[in-house]
Amino acid sequence: MTKWELIIAMVFSTPFRRLTTASISRALAFAALTFAPHFTSAAEPASIPVGLVAALSGQSAASGEAITRGLAVAIDEINQAGGVLGRPLTLVRRDDESNPGKGIAAARELISREHVAAFFGGIDTPVSVALVPIANKEKTPFIGVWAAGTAITRNGANPNYVFRVSAVDVLVDQRLMRYTVTIAKAQRPGLMLIDNPWGESNRAGLEAAAKAAGVSVTGAESFESGDTDMTPQLTRLKMAGADAIILVGNAAPAAEVIRSLDRMGWAVPVISHWGISGGRFPELAGPSAEKVAFIQTYSFFKSSARGEAVLAALEKKYPAIKGAEDIIAPVGTADAYDAMHLLALAIAKAGSTEGPAIQAALEALPPYDGLIKRYAPAFTAANHDALGADDYIMVHFAENKIVPVQ
Amino acid sequence: MFAASVISGLAIGAMYGLLALGYHITWVVSRSVNFAQGSVMMLGAVVVFSLRVTLGWPMPFAIATALIGCAGFGIVLERIAVRPFRARGSDSWLMATVAAGMLVENAAMFLFGKEPRGMPSALARHPVMLFGVGVLPLHIVILLTGIGLAGVFLVATRATPLGKALLAVVQNPRAAQLMGIDATKVTVFAYALSSALVGLAGVLIAPLTNVTADMGFVFGIKGFAAAILGGLETPWGVVLAGLLLGLAEAFATAFVGSGATVMASFGLVIVALYLRPHGLFGRAPARKV
Repeated sequence: MTKWELIIAMVFSTPFRRLTTASISRALAFAALTFAPHFTSAAEPASIPVGLVAALSGQSAASGEAITRGLAVAIDEINQAGGVLGRPLTLVRRDDESNPGKGIAAARELISREHVAAFFGGIDTPVSVALVPIANKEKTPFIGVWAAGTAITRNGANPNYVFRVSAVDVLVDQRLMRYTVTIAKAQRPGLMLIDNPWGESNRAGLEAAAKAAGVSVTGAESFESGDTDMTPQLTRLKMAGADAIILVGNAAPAAEVIRSLDRMGWAVPVISHWGISGGRFPELAGPSAEKVAFIQTYSFFKSSARGEAVLAALEKKYPAIKGAEDIIAPVGTADAYDAMHLLALAIAKAGSTEGPAIQAALEALPPYDGLIKRYAPAFTAANHDALGADDYIMVHFAENKIVPVQ
Repeated sequence: MFAASVISGLAIGAMYGLLALGYHITWVVSRSVNFAQGSVMMLGAVVVFSLRVTLGWPMPFAIATALIGCAGFGIVLERIAVRPFRARGSDSWLMATVAAGMLVENAAMFLFGKEPRGMPSALARHPVMLFGVGVLPLHIVILLTGIGLAGVFLVATRATPLGKALLAVVQNPRAAQLMGIDATKVTVFAYALSSALVGLAGVLIAPLTNVTADMGFVFGIKGFAAAILGGLETPWGVVLAGLLLGLAEAFATAFVGSGATVMASFGLVIVALYLRPHGLFGRAPARKV
């Protein structure tokens, strides 16, 4: 049955004596909804929607904002250059509130109602892990730009619709351990891990990395994101002889760890995964925040022509940004920026917005000079992680700014 | 480890005690409980943060305004979410106070934002060593405040006309009214005092934790658990139960792990109430036959 036939049927399936203005109105409304896109498409090409499921509120709201900024600047550049397949890109955002259940609902809505060509993920590994089966089942590419859980991209699916332009826990753990042993000169690090799949993922990775580095992990303690005092866990590590703390957690609970260390008067090197850069860590942790060395994939203090161009675009679009020091959570912005460009390249290469075509194109992209590095190529069928261990840098906070460790 | 757990447990337990005292005050006067206590605590923390950090007010003014605001909220809450239901002999005040708490929490999320903020305080910066354990001066202030306020309340209810009026209203509201005590005004005062106390708990704990719009929920539940554990009738009992609850949590975290904290604290509540249904320090009401 064609659309016209359906409209005629809606009007005349009603017995004539009951043919009311209501039934006619229903048919007219249906006609308007059905044909409106065709009328507008004559004037301007329909946009290609791309989604974002990330923490836009709550403890990690800053991470969602940073990702949004990176995507928005990249989309502006792509649209100014004529868009993709002659169509502009639009960003459709949904807040997962760091809650896997809300993330799943948001992803389903983006796919089924907004018809996104692909969608990006946020900071929370538990949310991203929950989104993996949806992306693979719905055949919609999902590109992680922050969450580092190893199992997100290495999920066993074939074909695998999950890609990542971000760090990978198993590689981050090796880098953190290398820094702990060679720079912090520690031989018996203790682990402080958030009590969720992300913490678990890093525990395995850090223990393996310690073994490979020839040192032993003194102990592994976990904490909840709502804990207000970490001194019991830290006291246990101290009594066990820990000479450094490797910290895995997002900004708010990680700040509690630092405050608890201050309270104990225990001056021990702290080396952290990058979750602390997704919130107001310096404000929450106090002056000791500056002592924490942590990992990033990019620093806007790194000078390059592309970096300066992106910084200028960010300053223009977001007047609160006056320089590199004002970019909140730079890793989210940089990863998202490159991921958006890679996705646009894939859509162009695929010549389609269909998920399977984009997935195949992502696995066969040509070399691309991005903000973070030259991707040559970004992904292959066997490797869906665009960044490797050599792309990570160690940084610390200095008066609220994230600067490379000297 | 032991000393550290004691210090940490007493500090957090004093907070639970202050909240429990808030529950106790409205209960003894009006036989109703303000289930928005957790949200009032959050209100105290959020208002003092906004006035001190965002607007730069001097700390004493910020604290005074926050406490007056919390007391005012208590008065409004009593008027719209408790009194109408009690007047009709309904227990719907229970749901009404829960709803009011959620309303305040969501309003705070809208106005204050959902992002956690850090409240600076000179009392939470440099620890002092006590029995080999680092203790922040604010921990000691919180502990002394919790115990001190319970003592003041206990003495005040026995030695001041207003305190006696409070107790008279709960024993026999009609007789109290015949003696010239305005039961309605006394109940309003109880709600204002209870809310101000809980607001003070929020002000005190703000520098020790993250200030967020949803920070009051867990504290509200644990404060109520402490009130039930101690026996809602005794001011010193609920504060002691708060300290016990804090100690149980700290020891469970220290010797078992943070995954056991909630199980230990609420397990303790269930076991204690099984053994003493009227609370650890409460008494079964006398029945005249």
